[in-house]
Amino acid sequence: MAGGAGLCGLLGSALALAGFVGLVTGAKNFEDVRCKCICPPYKDHPGNIYNKNVSQKDCDCLHVVEPMPVPGPDVEAYCLRCECKYEERSSVTIKVTIIIYLSILGLLLLYMVYLTLVEPILKRRLFGHSQLIQSDEDIGDHQPFANAHDVLARSRSRANVLNKVEYAQQRWKLQVQEQRKSVFDRHVVLS
Amino acid sequence: TGTNMVNAGDMNGSGNLMDFLDEPFPDVGTYEDFHTIDWLREKSRDTDRHRKITSKSKESIWEFIKSLLDAWSGWVVMLLIGLLAGTLAGVIDLAVDWMTDLKEGVCLSAFWYSHEQCCWTSNETTFDDRDKCPQWQKWSELLVNQSEGASAYILNYFLYIMWALSFAFLAVSLVRVFAPYACGSGIPEIKTILSGFIIRGYLGKWTLLIKTVTLVLVVSSGLSLGKEGPLVHVACCCGNFFSSLFSKYSKNEGKRREVLSAAAAAGVSVAFGAPIGGVLFSLEEVSYYFPLKTLWRSFFAALVAAFTLRSINPFGNSRLVLFYVEYHTPWYMAELFPFILLGVFGGLWGTLFIRCNIAWCRRRKTTRLGKYPVLEVIVVTAITAIIAYPNPYTRRSTSELISELFNDCGALESSQLCDYINDPNMTRPVDDIPDRPAGFGVYTAMWQLALALIFKIIITIFTFGMKIPSGLFIPSMAVGAMAGRMVGIGVEQLAYHHHDWIIFRNWCRPGVTPGLYAMVGAAACLGGVTRMTVSLVVIMFELTGGLEYIVPLMAAAVTSKWVADAFGKEGIYEAHIHLNGYPFLDVKDEFTHRTLATDVMRPRRGEPPLSVLTQDSMTVEDVETLIKETDYNGFPVVVSKDSERLIGFAQRRELILAIKNARQRQDGVVSNSIMYFTEDPPELPANSPHPLKLRRILNLSPFTVTDHTPMETVVDIFRKLGLRQCLVTRSGRLLGIITKKDVLRHMAQMANQDPESIMFN
Repeated sequence: MAGGAGLCGLLGSALALAGFVGLVTGAKNFEDVRCKCICPPYKDHPGNIYNKNVSQKDCDCLHVVEPMPVPGPDVEAYCLRCECKYEERSSVTIKVTIIIYLSILGLLLLYMVYLTLVEPILKRRLFGHSQLIQSDEDIGDHQPFANAHDVLARSRSRANVLNKVEYAQQRWKLQVQEQRKSVFDRHVVLS
Repeated sequence: TGTNMVNAGDMNGSGNLMDFLDEPFPDVGTYEDFHTIDWLREKSRDTDRHRKITSKSKESIWEFIKSLLDAWSGWVVMLLIGLLAGTLAGVIDLAVDWMTDLKEGVCLSAFWYSHEQCCWTSNETTFDDRDKCPQWQKWSELLVNQSEGASAYILNYFLYIMWALSFAFLAVSLVRVFAPYACGSGIPEIKTILSGFIIRGYLGKWTLLIKTVTLVLVVSSGLSLGKEGPLVHVACCCGNFFSSLFSKYSKNEGKRREVLSAAAAAGVSVAFGAPIGGVLFSLEEVSYYFPLKTLWRSFFAALVAAFTLRSINPFGNSRLVLFYVEYHTPWYMAELFPFILLGVFGGLWGTLFIRCNIAWCRRRKTTRLGKYPVLEVIVVTAITAIIAYPNPYTRRSTSELISELFNDCGALESSQLCDYINDPNMTRPVDDIPDRPAGFGVYTAMWQLALALIFKIIITIFTFGMKIPSGLFIPSMAVGAMAGRMVGIGVEQLAYHHHDWIIFRNWCRPGVTPGLYAMVGAAACLGGVTRMTVSLVVIMFELTGGLEYIVPLMAAAVTSKWVADAFGKEGIYEAHIHLNGYPFLDVKDEFTHRTLATDVMRPRRGEPPLSVLTQDSMTVEDVETLIKETDYNGFPVVVSKDSERLIGFAQRRELILAIKNARQRQDGVVSNSIMYFTEDPPELPANSPHPLKLRRILNLSPFTVTDHTPMETVVDIFRKLGLRQCLVTRSGRLLGIITKKDVLRHMAQMANQDPESIMFN
């Protein structure tokens, strides 16, 4: 799985870069720009917020505040106290990012469920209890990847692509198991 | 150690399992896990490589182009790191934004929008309703169709806790199953890696993926932690990934660390929107050797990362950080006094936090508490969520809290902090609001902030160091901002109610800006915990965008560092390095004792004599026995056992590999073959087996000091050259050896710490 992880990483980063390039140059939704004017209370008019989808050069009090709550001569005084800000966002970016993130999270969740629950059941059913060779360190090891050693020993005789993948995956599992021992069990690193 | 695949006892190639577990024939020159690299050798290898390329470049056009590509590969790597780090930071920011709001409600029109994004196009104009819009509904509205009242509150409360627990549980499970190295902040380990230590897998692809994914989850779950430290780790993983694509960096551990330094700068740059601060942070806190070339490249990487993040525009207003403030109101000279007080508070809090956190982490390391990481995360999340929900200042995410505290009250602010009693006839422009008396909302906000402050101080101690990605920049800044804002409001009210006092006489217009006090408090607390100096001030003023506040920030940072240093010399990262026993020789430590090399060297009196190899009188079997019986990392080579004149130094790993190689490949090499390190083979009787020449693995220039060299000089040599071991001679004869571990143990002993806590070589 280390090679697969490399491929995944490359794919993921390519996806991210492509996504980024696409998002930045993507078409702007009309609703993705707005001018927000905040006008504090004036005489007996309460405070108000005005939003309008205008471009940056039209982002001022006169264009955005509609209908104008104060009569003609007071408009200038009212507008002087209003604060107008131009804001822009990219809804496409947000949508794509959240959906990509949720799909990656979902995939990881599924893989985790598979590794921790489904795979041991499958292996036990396929190989039977008698053939499970446990090395010294793993007796009583109920953590994921506990059977990596024996799968490695068994798989070395056949050398085709599928087994290479499985072999790489088992090697990755061993590495993760070692990491887990250092961090969680022996508290040697990252305590 | 379990990972030591090339087992010294299995020299004859027995056990075919070994071949599979071994990586495809490691070449001489790679390092084992949890060992230190040899900086000098890496540097000389790089010089050789460079010289070879330069000499070949004159041969043909193709070679010349290759040499140009080699020169430019450094910049290409920086560009790629900047792009990926910026992209990941943007993804993290957007996802955190959404998931944080997911705990409270959901946007019905488009589920991927956070609260603010959902109400972006709302036409609510009345001020009270500005946060409401029909598309966004809280969970209580969605499930039971009620938005006010006790049952709605309880339902929202319950669902908030449920979401927080599920995020945290998912995060810790992912970390545990896929990448255990993804937990913690990452900065102590990266500091150690950059000083020359090897931790395989710490900067790997799975660690990168899991750290990014789980960082979003834990920040969204409302725990009291930040994402800045983990972002540095993420950026260094990107750096490691891209440097493995180019052989210039993948084969040379020293050059790779230059790339990692630059990547760390890019990480801080996207975390704070502070490219210069990022470079200085990398220079001051993270890196060990920082040549000038790395400075320029780090800056490039940081700029590319910041630009990439800005293009993704996660906060909708072209700013890089959520709490970018833009006011420019000046401050008064007499305000330096409360600023210095805030500095003292920051220093004291830093000391308290470091001591308590290290004690708690030590307890987690040594007692049964450490056996239940998942349960610990769940319990802490539950406590945090239960206590955080009622208080509006802790219910929202910490970044939003800091943003609100930093911002000054404009003309129309809805938060309780700005509930001042306004003069309705006032017609001032927004920046020039004079002091006003506090309304009821401000007093409510003050005691809520005080409760939030106490809660945050306590809960962060237990949160930092759990088995999930956790940073501590944001919680420290939050603590400081809360304290600062309270002090600021206090000073403001004091100035208003007693403006006839001499010091307050000119303070009417413009008045005191409590937001500035929050910033100064944040800088003080962050400085007290991490002991950053220049990089802190630069980051803070890049956050504010104004140079007016450099003096208050510096005053607070300097004060907090002085106060904190009075209680203990270590920042939080150095403290964690000591806790884990990493072999990190800090450049900031001063060694002022008068010991000599002979006091520290091994073997001491009463210990077995030094294990040495002779230059031409040992057989292969003797050497194998020596390797099997001892676990030293290398052996000095002397002329003979009688005259112990030093020839060179041979590394254990290379000896093992060379012998294994020779047994498999060369004919005639058996256990009785003589092993020699000289140029010409020694005189041998007629029918002796073929001798084995191992001169190529011998380091002919090991560093030596005499036995009367003061330890001060020896420590300096170790630090400046990055040595792993140093031989001690007297009148040319080999006396003993000093390793980096011995130096660290000696320094710990001199500082009255436990010398047995140094664990790694």
